[in-house]
Amino acid sequence: MMGRAMRYASARWLVVYAVAYMIFLYAPVILLPLFAFNDGTVVAFPLTGFTTKWFGLLWSTEALHGAVRNSAFVAVSTALISTVLGACAARSASKYRFPGQRGVMGFIMLPLVLPEIIVAVALLVMLIQLGMSLSLWTVIAGHVLICTPFSIAILSSAFAGLEDSLEEASFDLGETRWGTFRRVTLPLIMPGVISSLLITFTISLDEFIIAFFLTGTDVTLPVYIWSQLRFPSKLPSVMALGTILLVLSVALLMVAEVFRRRAVRRQGMDGGSTQGLI
Amino acid sequence: MTQDSAAPIIEIKGVTKNFGAVTALKGVDAVIREGEFFSLLGPSGCGKTTLLRLIAGFEQVSGGTIAIGGKPMKDIPANQRPTNMVFQSYAIFPHLNVAENVGYGLKRKKLGREETAREVEQALDMVDLAGYGQRKAHELSGGQRQRVALARALVMRPKVILLDEPLSALDKKLRDQMQHELRRLQKSLGITFILVTHDQEEALIMSDRIAVIFDGAIAQLATPEDLYRRPATRRVASFIGVMNFLDATATGGNGAPYHLDIPALGTVEIAADQAPAGLDAARITSVGVRPEMFTITGDDTGPFEREVEGRVAGTDYYGDMTYYSVALPGAAAPVTISMRNTAGRAVAREGSTVTVGWGAESIVLLE
Repeated sequence: MMGRAMRYASARWLVVYAVAYMIFLYAPVILLPLFAFNDGTVVAFPLTGFTTKWFGLLWSTEALHGAVRNSAFVAVSTALISTVLGACAARSASKYRFPGQRGVMGFIMLPLVLPEIIVAVALLVMLIQLGMSLSLWTVIAGHVLICTPFSIAILSSAFAGLEDSLEEASFDLGETRWGTFRRVTLPLIMPGVISSLLITFTISLDEFIIAFFLTGTDVTLPVYIWSQLRFPSKLPSVMALGTILLVLSVALLMVAEVFRRRAVRRQGMDGGSTQGLI
Repeated sequence: MTQDSAAPIIEIKGVTKNFGAVTALKGVDAVIREGEFFSLLGPSGCGKTTLLRLIAGFEQVSGGTIAIGGKPMKDIPANQRPTNMVFQSYAIFPHLNVAENVGYGLKRKKLGREETAREVEQALDMVDLAGYGQRKAHELSGGQRQRVALARALVMRPKVILLDEPLSALDKKLRDQMQHELRRLQKSLGITFILVTHDQEEALIMSDRIAVIFDGAIAQLATPEDLYRRPATRRVASFIGVMNFLDATATGGNGAPYHLDIPALGTVEIAADQAPAGLDAARITSVGVRPEMFTITGDDTGPFEREVEGRVAGTDYYGDMTYYSVALPGAAAPVTISMRNTAGRAVAREGSTVTVGWGAESIVLLE
């Protein structure tokens, strides 16, 4: 009896802890839309009224449009390149066994845990040493480095569920290697590919540190936002922009998760399994 | 049989296969004839599936040659070989429906849409799945998946169909039914079937000839009847069906009859043609007797050439049959004897003394 009562007591404390933790984590994020719709130039309580003029202001800011275009270009390129690289790595990891495989895979996954600032500075030093000029392409290179591990993690579970005999059956039925990939492998991993594209797109879109260090004269959206923070009068419209990005990111991640689960389900695996990679 | 004169379709000569340090096949020779139902039988890990995959082209031989239809298969990949495989897992494409699965290989043959549809429907008809074309893969039962896999191979009109333990995932009743259906289909189409199985009963029922494979080599290649009645080695004898082994010593042989001294049964003379060719009498240390080659005598049995007394040590009642365990004086272990429970035959009780009848024909000579 005593033991059960104590367990209930500790469970109550865990609930309190969890709720407090969630507030601490997400309350600042809630402030973003709150002030985006607030009719006042000063970001402070009390709120002074509802407006959508900050969103309207975004529409007429030319520099912002350039940043959006740059970010879209970087994010799409990053998503495509890292998903292709991730697919190759995930494929080899699930299908083949070769000496040093674990080491190689660990090395590819390393940027997942490496501090981004270290990666950014290291890349900057290297690019300067090589005498390359900074541009959106150098940002893409940096983003591919940190996005590829995510692609591998997502696509590994898609490939792990792919039975070897399906590809062998296709080959046995007279299809070529490329035809087998196109007619069997790709359709079966397609939900995983879409999920990977969406997640890497989102990561690249939001990424600041690498973009800040490696970009030339063309700024990406997060870098643009940072530059606007110096002007207090621009703060409410930054809040509006942040709100749009927040909604977009959450929406994309949700769609990505739906596709990932569909990939897993299509191959008849447990819906919650992520192979311990993410 | 007429098959002896049939042309060879697959010639396997001195085939070896190594996976790194592991030797899967160590020198396999076999000729498979056109229109034959040929089985590769052996315990798991014996190399039978490896041999099938070498024929299919999924693996490359380490040594030796495989020729199909007289053409050496070296450097010819699986997608250009006149063979099609039915996989153990069936490997039905989950994103395609039944008709798309069956028609998968026809796409590269560049048949017209109508002709493809006709071929697919014909193949589905052959495996009793007419009208199932629009079903999704996940809507099929295990037996239906197996039929789709078979139709997908048949529609390609290959010279040889390779079956990798195709029935192992089915329940017993369905398996029995499919065994007969496969056999009937193979005979009516005249296509060569090569079946890999670890189930000796399945191999005996379905095959024209069986290659028994142990440890990467063919231990015996024979018809089901020869394999059962004249197993070449003690290991083959105990793998195929049930076999009693009795200690024995022998003299004679070398073309002349063998004179055997079997402590449990007595002395007996065995005709030379009852032994595997070239069996040296000095190498005989035991003989085999199938359970049904002993008879527990009763009112319903005739007189026997030879008879011995024994004591019933145990019985296993199967309804139609009873398997007796009978202790014979001079035998190291009780022998197993099977008797049909015909009308009027009482099941002998444990502990009772019975008379066991046998003859020279009952004895299987082996190394």
